[in-house]
Parts: sequence; C-alpha cells; structure tokens
Amino acid sequence: MAKTVLDFEKPIYELEAKLEEMKNLSDNLDIENEIKKIEDKVKQLKESIYKDLTRWQRVQLARHPDRPYTLDYIYSMTSNFVELHGDRGYKDDKAIVGGFASIDDYKVMIIGHQKGRDTKSNLYRNFGMPNPEGYRKALRLMKLAEKFGKPVITMIDTPGAYPGIEAEERGQAEAIARNLFEMSRLKVPIIVVIIGEGASGGALGIGVGDRILMLENCWYSVISPESCSSILWRSWDYKEQAAEALKLTATDLIEQKIIDRIIPEPMGGAHKDYEQISATLKAALKEELANLIKIKPEKLVEQRLEKFGKMGEFIE
Amino acid sequence: MAWFRRSKENISPDSQKKDLPDGLWEKCPNCSEIIHKKQLEANLWTCIKCNNHFRIGSEEYFNFLLDKNTFKEMDKKMRSNDPLEFEDTKKYSVRIQETIKKLNLYDAVRTGTGKLNGIEVAIGCMDFSFIGGSMGSVVGEKLSRLIDKAYKNNLPLIIISASGGARMMEGAFSLMQMAKTSSRLARLSEAKIPYISILTDPTTGGTTASYAMLGDIHIAEPQALIGFAGPRVIKQTIGKDLPKGFQKSEFLLEQGFIDIISHRKDLKSNIYNILTLMT
Ligand SMILES: [Zn+2]
Repeated sequence: MAKTVLDFEKPIYELEAKLEEMKNLSDNLDIENEIKKIEDKVKQLKESIYKDLTRWQRVQLARHPDRPYTLDYIYSMTSNFVELHGDRGYKDDKAIVGGFASIDDYKVMIIGHQKGRDTKSNLYRNFGMPNPEGYRKALRLMKLAEKFGKPVITMIDTPGAYPGIEAEERGQAEAIARNLFEMSRLKVPIIVVIIGEGASGGALGIGVGDRILMLENCWYSVISPESCSSILWRSWDYKEQAAEALKLTATDLIEQKIIDRIIPEPMGGAHKDYEQISATLKAALKEELANLIKIKPEKLVEQRLEKFGKMGEFIE
Repeated sequence: MAWFRRSKENISPDSQKKDLPDGLWEKCPNCSEIIHKKQLEANLWTCIKCNNHFRIGSEEYFNFLLDKNTFKEMDKKMRSNDPLEFEDTKKYSVRIQETIKKLNLYDAVRTGTGKLNGIEVAIGCMDFSFIGGSMGSVVGEKLSRLIDKAYKNNLPLIIISASGGARMMEGAFSLMQMAKTSSRLARLSEAKIPYISILTDPTTGGTTASYAMLGDIHIAEPQALIGFAGPRVIKQTIGKDLPKGFQKSEFLLEQGFIDIISHRKDLKSNIYNILTLMT
C-alpha cells in the first residue's frame, strides 16, 4: 500500500527511515545499541505525537487515503456478503453500498458510504458523496431488513451529500429527510458506526439508530471545518480554528452525548492495521447486537425516539 | 448555511428604509415599484405590481393566518446556551445576545397553538432574520415540543419554514435536531394527524432535509428558493452557471416535491380547505 504521510507525522517517518538505513548497515557493523536507542526514540515520538492529536489532525486522519472503507470492513468482518443494488426508481448509486451478510452467528443488513482509492475509483464512487438514489437505496435495504427481521448496521464515511444539479432535481433534501423519518421508526435494531468523515446531512441520512459508535479518529459535525471557515471567517484559511470550534471528534461527541461508544484505533490510525481495527469493531458490534436483539421492536422504537429527543442544549 | 454571504443581497424591508425619506415607503426588490407601507401590509407584504413576496417573520404570519387573539405561544423565552462555547470572528453567545436584543425574538422559530378559521392548530413559524433562520438546539426542541403538542392533543400541524439550514455554531447538536424533529414527525404521521409544511424564501440545508420536506402536503410561496445545497455551493462544485429558475418553488413543483404554490393572500384559505378535506 502506498504510504501517505501527513504533515504532523513527518518526524516519525524521517526517524523510521534513518532506522531502516542503520539496520541495513548493521550486517557489517556492531551498532545494535544505536539501533535500540533509535527504536525507543521512534516509539516515544509516536506516543507523544498520537497521544495529543489536535482536532484538525484527527480530521486529517479521518480522511487518510489509506484508511479502511466500508467494503474493507465488510470483507474483513463478515461472511456471505451479498451486495444488493439500486433504489428501484432511478439507478444504483455507487457512493453507498449495502447488502445482507453474516457477522459470525448474526445475519445482518450492512450499509455504508463508499469512497474510492484512486482517481478512477473515486470518480466511480463519486468520492463517497451520494445522490438521492443512494439514500433511497439505503432505505430500500433497511426496509428489506425490517421485513425479514434482520438488524441494520450502517457505516458513515462521507464528505457530504453531493451538491449537484441532478441531485437537487431528484430531491436530495427529501431523500435525506425521508431516511431520518423512516429510520426513526424501523422495527429492527440499527447500529451506526462513523468510520471516517461524518459531514452533515449526507452522513446523518444513514445515521439514525439505537447505538452510535465512532472510531477514535473520525469527525462528525454539521459542516466540514473548511466550509465552516469559508462561511464564518470568510476565508478558507481558518480550518484548524473551525475544527476546534466545532468540537467534532469522538471524545467531543461522547461528552455531548451524541455518540454512545468510541472504538479505539491502532496507534497512528485505523489504516496502520486493518486486521486489528476490524477485529475490535467486530467484537464491539457483536456485543451491541447481543444487547439490542433482546429488546422488543416497539420498545426499541420508543427508546430511539427518546434518545434523539434528548439531544440538544438550551435555556428555558 | 448560505445566510452570511447572502445577507448582503437580502433586501429586507428594514434595509430599504434608509434609502427612502420618511420610512413609510418600501421599494420592491424585484421590480423597484415604490409602495406605501400600509398598502404593502394590506397586501400581506407582496408587491402590488409584480407579486414579489417580501420576506416576513413569524409575527406577520401568525397575524394573517390565525384568527384574532387565538395564538397562544409556547416556550417563548427558550434560548441557546451556547453548548460548544463557539467563537469565530465573534463569540456565539454575544451574537445570540445581540440578536435577541435587536429583534426581540429569542431564536429562529416561534411556536404555539391557535385557530385557523375556527380550526384549532399547532403552528410554528421560523424567523429568517434570526441568524439566517438557522436551526440549532432551540429550534429543534421548540419544534419537537410543538409536534408532541399536536400529537397529544390531536391537532393538525403547520410549520412555516424560512431557513438557511442547520446552525454551525452548535455543531453536531444542530445536526441532530434534524433527526429529533423528523422522528417526532414520524410518530405524528403514524397517529394520522395532518402536517402541512409551508416553504418560504429561502428554505435550504438541514431544514429542507428534515421537517420542511416531511409534510403530508407541501405548500410553497411563489419564487421561493428551496433546496438542499445552496446555489453558490452547487455552482462552485460543478463550475457552471445554474439554469434559470433552478431551485425555485415552480421548479420543485415540476420535479414533484411541492403540491401547491400559493400566493400569500390565498395561504389561509388553502390551508383551511385542505384541513377540512383531510380531517
Ligand atoms: Zn414588485
């Protein structure tokens, strides 16, 4: 996999490169002590850099091009995945994927935003930005899950719903609104996992559920830091400040009681170890499923209404 | 959230005052007709010459939609507590305080019950003048309580939207108001209580992508901008000019997202007529 190095990670990679160089030399020289020293230094450096990431740095990690996407998790966590296509009205939106699958003993419907890895696949996936038919496909699959009594798992990773002419013509707003409406009453458990970027209505459009999980290095908010900067500061240059002001990380959102659980990532981000993050997420999902399937459908829907009803702060 | 950039172009009745000598005259931003305020008011703030619908607020809508002295306001003084301690070029808490003082409104929606030609209704109306009619925790909570009032008392629900979308300064809290209001509307719908959504200029972003688009019936005022993404964002994304009339009420009706385009003067009779047919 091609390595993408974020600006704040550079010192680590530089030191690692040096270490590599010395290891190559060590066949001829007795510098084991030196190597050990540098290895320790790399470890320390990593810990210090990744321990206190700023909000903007987490946004960068959430968008890391090597990060696992929905299909990566589906392939690593599930078996028998059958991908289903189309909204039965207009077309098959490639920015949202979904289908039936098994997570060990649980049969589920799993749906998520899907980004591409290179220019070609990103164009195919529309950079993970759905059109209305994407939300309608997701809803169709959720209704299918409800019909056959299967829990729904959704994975959020989008820079937003696509802002295009055709998207507006086909009712982007209506499609998202309809999903919020229908998901709130769906009579099967819904687990939502934010696995990357959670930008605004385009994210929430598959984000109403009973349990909201969020990977450690993700962001979820009403607007991206860049757009927020351009509107409130009237310049694209205040994205770091905007990220700070929006309080959009997993730790922020658990304090705001908007998410329920943080899924820890390998040091440096989910992309550092696909196997580890998939195993962690799978275990968490199984735990959540075990609890949710015990709850009667009517109760589930009532609790979901209350859950979102409590969100928000105000003075009376 | 296009309100910031757009605010300069938004020619509200207020901003016109300065140009005209005694404050009794308004200039139509569409056709430049000079209209006496009394005449404009009598015409429900629509242009006598070109029918342009001026932007108005909750006070005006409640006045002409509801029967005299029947409006009972709910949660009047609920206001934002600035949950994120948000600050951009200005502190959000200061922005809120200043806006409350200037407009004598507490947030971007007012809610309550009242009678419409004798029919008891639950009604909410947004004020675009309050931070671009943006939806934060207060708007979400007030509307949720209104929807619950309609649900518990079996009252038809009317929400008049005018909004740039979700309020940035409350981050994810604002976003969640979309889910909060929509889930309440879903329960209302199951109880078979009618909900009429009135979309006025402008209704965009998270407001359109939640309660504004979830009515049993959608009524829009003529020429209102209605959409998910704002025109500026779309133009920027696709790098092309937008077609004429794009995202206007008439366009949405053709696309199948609006039932009726109603002149403001016919709004009350249209709502009444629908309610009598539905209930
Ligand atoms: Zn005019």
